Amino acid sequence: MGFLDIDNTTKAYGSVQVLHNVDISVEEGEFLVLVGPSGCGKSTLLNMIAGLEEITSGEIRIKGDVMNGVHPSKRNIAMVFQSYALYPNMTVGKNITFGLEMHGVPKPERDKAMQEVATLLQIEQLLDRKPGQLSGGQRQRVAMGRALVRNPDVFLFDEPLSNLDAKLRVDMRTEIKKLHQKLGTTIVYVTHDQIEAMTLSTRIAVMNGGYVQQLGTPQEIYDSPANIFVATFMGSPAMNVIPAIVRLQSGVPQAEITRHDGSLAHLPFSQANLAAWDGREILLGIRPETITDTDGADRKSANIAPLNNRIVVTEPAGSDTFVSMSLGGKDVIARMRSDAEVRPGQDFDFMVNMEKAVAFDPETEARILP
Amino acid sequence: MSAATQDTAIRTGRVTRTLIYLVLILFALFYMLPLYVMLVNSVKPLDEITGGGMMNLPQEFTIEPWLKAWSTAQIGVDPTGLAPYFWNSIKMVVPAVIISTVLGALNGYVLTKWRFKYDTIIFGLMLFACFIPFQIVLIPMARMLGLMGLAGTTWGLALVHIVYGIGFTTLYFRNYYAVFPTELIRAAQIDGAGFFQIFWRILLPSSGPIAVVSVIWQFTNIWNDFLFGASFAGADSQPMTVALNNLVQSSTGVKEYNVHFAGAILAAMPTLLVYIVAGRYFVRGLMAGSVKG
Repeated sequence: MGFLDIDNTTKAYGSVQVLHNVDISVEEGEFLVLVGPSGCGKSTLLNMIAGLEEITSGEIRIKGDVMNGVHPSKRNIAMVFQSYALYPNMTVGKNITFGLEMHGVPKPERDKAMQEVATLLQIEQLLDRKPGQLSGGQRQRVAMGRALVRNPDVFLFDEPLSNLDAKLRVDMRTEIKKLHQKLGTTIVYVTHDQIEAMTLSTRIAVMNGGYVQQLGTPQEIYDSPANIFVATFMGSPAMNVIPAIVRLQSGVPQAEITRHDGSLAHLPFSQANLAAWDGREILLGIRPETITDTDGADRKSANIAPLNNRIVVTEPAGSDTFVSMSLGGKDVIARMRSDAEVRPGQDFDFMVNMEKAVAFDPETEARILP
Repeated sequence: MSAATQDTAIRTGRVTRTLIYLVLILFALFYMLPLYVMLVNSVKPLDEITGGGMMNLPQEFTIEPWLKAWSTAQIGVDPTGLAPYFWNSIKMVVPAVIISTVLGALNGYVLTKWRFKYDTIIFGLMLFACFIPFQIVLIPMARMLGLMGLAGTTWGLALVHIVYGIGFTTLYFRNYYAVFPTELIRAAQIDGAGFFQIFWRILLPSSGPIAVVSVIWQFTNIWNDFLFGASFAGADSQPMTVALNNLVQSSTGVKEYNVHFAGAILAAMPTLLVYIVAGRYFVRGLMAGSVKG
């Protein structure tokens, strides 16, 4: 049993089921990110933890206490909203201490707590201002201050960075991570941004269609995606998924894929149990950064396979150059070094790090586990 | 300055612009004419009016008609002036405006932030109140007031106006709160604020513009109402409008037009005042900046 238990929890509106048997156990101090496309149920799940939505069946427990039917204010949680939801009529200081006031904390203690939080977040000079006079980043800080001051068991973040501009978002992301490392609080964080999910979390729950598709550390999610949805949702550009046929060549399973001109290429798998799929179709998953030029290939990899194919488009992005080509009838993207000498229309010798390749069952879309 | 203003909305030539202003000023003057007549004649001695020349400025300025209208004019049977009736109206209007506005706000809050089954139907039914003609409810209302023991009292009259006003005030506040961010309510819930605490501490302080609208609307309607006042008020609870009617309609002695004019202005003054004072606070955008970055 963990610090926060989501135990076989479902949510339905009438006959429409929006969450299916969610089982997540969060340890104290963990940073759990719920990530998925809009409508996947992640915000609903967060609201259920907060007590803003009722639980249709199953249990949510915090520190072992069942929270079903407990009022939001009595769960000892704090929430940072997407819109920040600062009270427009109150000063920043009042915004921060309102929750304490509602919980009957005497004024001297409230002021002390407010000062501590203001110092921590460096918003002391803003305490007498109204939210309308603050910039987006400042409002974001105040919203976090309002959550921190309560010293809750669990912090809930509902897409807190999505209203900030790109640069500020990256800054605040780092700051949230620092804050988590410093305070060691338990956080459940909802986002649709897979980079936020990867960078912030200690564990990620990837959600789609009301199901948790995969629950694991960022590395597990990225390297061993449970299915095609997780594989393509996490990572940018998305993982290339290429139709292939397994062929055994001297005992080693190979992925047979069609090149741009219809000829066949063979890439040897590192995953021995794919021999059982001999002659059958699979979907080959290759991350863009594992397709490189010869010099960019990972020297530590034991399985680098050469692949000659024609370049269709190159997109220099400064730090990398993205190269697109056609493989197995799909557009495939490779992420190359920025100084790789590539140009459109060229037949190029790529190197594919097959150690990192994954295979999916085309019927179930689930990963074929090694 | 001229460059900026001329570039607004539509580019118009100098001639067209002059023409537009001319027409507008003409219309403004035309609409102000009754007020002019009332003002001018309320500060004339009576013989100046009866001698003809309603449009003339007073040759002899006097505030006597105003004093008379306020404190000594014959209203019905007693020479009390309009003063006691003015206070009757105040005693009716103030509680009626405050209570109907607060109830409307509360209704709007519940209908938008504490949604329940069939809430839209209930709101629809409340909207009906805006479209029911006064005359239809006269007799049932009289019966109800009688049963409640409020017949002929100022409180009874106030109650009638509260009941009639709730439809409008609910409509105003519901529409205003419908776009009020629900996340604020949720944040307050997590902070531990209860139903009424959220209402008083979060919602009402942000309701300035719509409260002003509701107050102006309610005050004007209730103050100007004649039918309910004439139907439900007792002899000593009659509002200003009814008293003004009695002043003007009294059949004894000469018709003191100057006093009538003064009385009419006195009766119209509070609504004008409310509009001038409160209208300034009729500024939108108090909520600007509370949400989003």
